[in-house]
Amino acid sequence: MPSSGMHGDEPGIALTPVDIDTTSVPRGGSTTARFRELDASGLVLKALRLAVFYLALLALWQLLYSLHVWSPYLLPSPSDVWHSFIDYVDNGLIQKAVRASMQRLVIGYAISILIGLIIGMACGSNKYVDETLGSLVLGLQSLPSITWLPLAILWFGLNQNAIIFVTFMGSVGAIAISARAGVQAIPPLYRRAAATMGASRYQSVRYVLLPAMVPSMAQGLKLGWSFAWRSLMAAELIFVTMGLGHLLNLGRDLNNMSLVLAIMFVIVAIGLAVDRIFFARVEAWVQERWGLEAA
Amino acid sequence: MASETFDQETRLPPKPKFEAPAERMAAGGELMALRGVTRHFRTRRHDTLAIDRISLSVNEGEFVCIVGPSGCGKSTLLNIVAGLDHPTGGEALFDGRLIDRPGRERIVVFQEPALYPWLNVRANVELGLKIAGIGRSERKRLADRYISLVNLRRFEKAYIHELSGGMKQRAQLARALAVEPRMLLMDEPFAALDAQTRDVLQQELQEITSRLKTTVIFVTHNVREAVILADRVVVMTPAPGKLKTEIAIPLPRPRGPDSHAVVDLAARVRTELQHDIYAAQSAEDSYAI
Ligand SMILES: Nc1ncnc2c1ncn2[C@@H]1O[C@H](COP(=O)(O)OP(=O)(O)OP(=O)(O)O)[C@@H](O)[C@H]1O
Ligand SMILES: [Mg+2]
Repeated sequence: MPSSGMHGDEPGIALTPVDIDTTSVPRGGSTTARFRELDASGLVLKALRLAVFYLALLALWQLLYSLHVWSPYLLPSPSDVWHSFIDYVDNGLIQKAVRASMQRLVIGYAISILIGLIIGMACGSNKYVDETLGSLVLGLQSLPSITWLPLAILWFGLNQNAIIFVTFMGSVGAIAISARAGVQAIPPLYRRAAATMGASRYQSVRYVLLPAMVPSMAQGLKLGWSFAWRSLMAAELIFVTMGLGHLLNLGRDLNNMSLVLAIMFVIVAIGLAVDRIFFARVEAWVQERWGLEAA
Repeated sequence: MASETFDQETRLPPKPKFEAPAERMAAGGELMALRGVTRHFRTRRHDTLAIDRISLSVNEGEFVCIVGPSGCGKSTLLNIVAGLDHPTGGEALFDGRLIDRPGRERIVVFQEPALYPWLNVRANVELGLKIAGIGRSERKRLADRYISLVNLRRFEKAYIHELSGGMKQRAQLARALAVEPRMLLMDEPFAALDAQTRDVLQQELQEITSRLKTTVIFVTHNVREAVILADRVVVMTPAPGKLKTEIAIPLPRPRGPDSHAVVDLAARVRTELQHDIYAAQSAEDSYAI
């Protein structure tokens, strides 16, 4: 009787030798553990190399400063920069600026994800939309987003909506283009499977299309983010109302080079942190779910 | 019982739970009927008659296998029953109503496992239930039941790329069964598997569908597979596909792949098929000359 062990509590009995041979138990297991160890020692070495490189860079900087190649007004010492960073943290201006910039960035980026997804999915699923709207999006990609600022100021007035608009214009194209590619990369079988389960249009978008787009969108989202970040900084430099770009300008006005450098470091640090914390996580998620096929 | 709301909602009759029937009863009323179904594909370059005036009736609880040469329109026929495609002539009825769209009372199990890589096995099984609007606790209960039924308990947390081909097909089967469809439409679901895994899955499918009394239309190229699984084997002619013969398989279950009766009947089905294949080939040859 084939029914013996068919639905017993010990699936081990019921599983065929074929299955046991061809499949390892997911996650854990000695091989993965070994890889992880190798990974860990590799990471330590890499961190060491990076530390040596940046310490050398810092030493060089200090050396140039000590040799008085340029006047301290033009090239402050690392510790000067560090002190002005601390000063502006103490008086709260950096926190305020970061908050203002991040708020604009998050709003602009969120809107561009929303609109970019809609445009991209429409282009990816309809030939006529792609020919028309798609060509517009591609064409506008050659326009540096900061060139929208004069127009944005006329439209929205001298307020932060103008800056948000520039940020949005900076990233929406990249996101739309990757969403378009993402929709087109979805295997038709995914839709058919959703259809046979009786999914409504909304359900198949929400449960199937959107998640299926993630691997091909990951790159576009990241690109969109860095475009948004650059556009924001450019806009804040030109049109001064709070934000990190404003602090940079303030540094210039006060002839405070160490403040300028400190803010530049802050900008780099934020960019890196978002990349490492958020996008690395998205990539790890894709890797875990899709396995190597998506890598 | 919590399942009662679900049953009303899907118009499913309450399932008899887990009493093992000695043998399948193929005597239920008519569940699905094709009346002179024709499907014409017109594209710019080709004008293909995929299936030609097919009439077929499938009773509740019956297991029907469809065999036929490649390109004779088996998938087309299945897609029409699924509601994923529409006939250009004739009508397809399910439970007396015209089939006009896909629905979860008729679930397709595809040849390539159509599982979603971002969901683990359990979440894949639960997705169909979620789409059907079934609440969380009922989803869990049904997923538990059908994951155990296909012997995937140990792998329910695994992602799809971590499964073997046979396990993927089990997962797909569990997802299809979990919504408790009235009819399963299987399009060469085991074709990509090695012989050994295929044997095992055939046995399991026999066992599961006779226990659940699910109505199944199963397309295959493998004649022996058809004889092992089916109450009735439907043989189609080469393109354009027509119904050629139907062969009843009155063998007791479970049927092993090597029993004499199975081998004999398989030989009979094969003769029916081969006759056609040779005919088609000589027709092609005469064209070529
Ligand atoms: N979407 C389509 N557009 C045009 N022609 C099609 C389409 N789908 C199927 N056909 C044609 O219909 C005929 C039957 O195809 P179908 O896929 O149903 O055959 P099949 O019996 O399933 O073959 P196989 O056993 O190889 O899977 C073929 O000639 C095919 O070219
Ligand atoms: Mg086919």
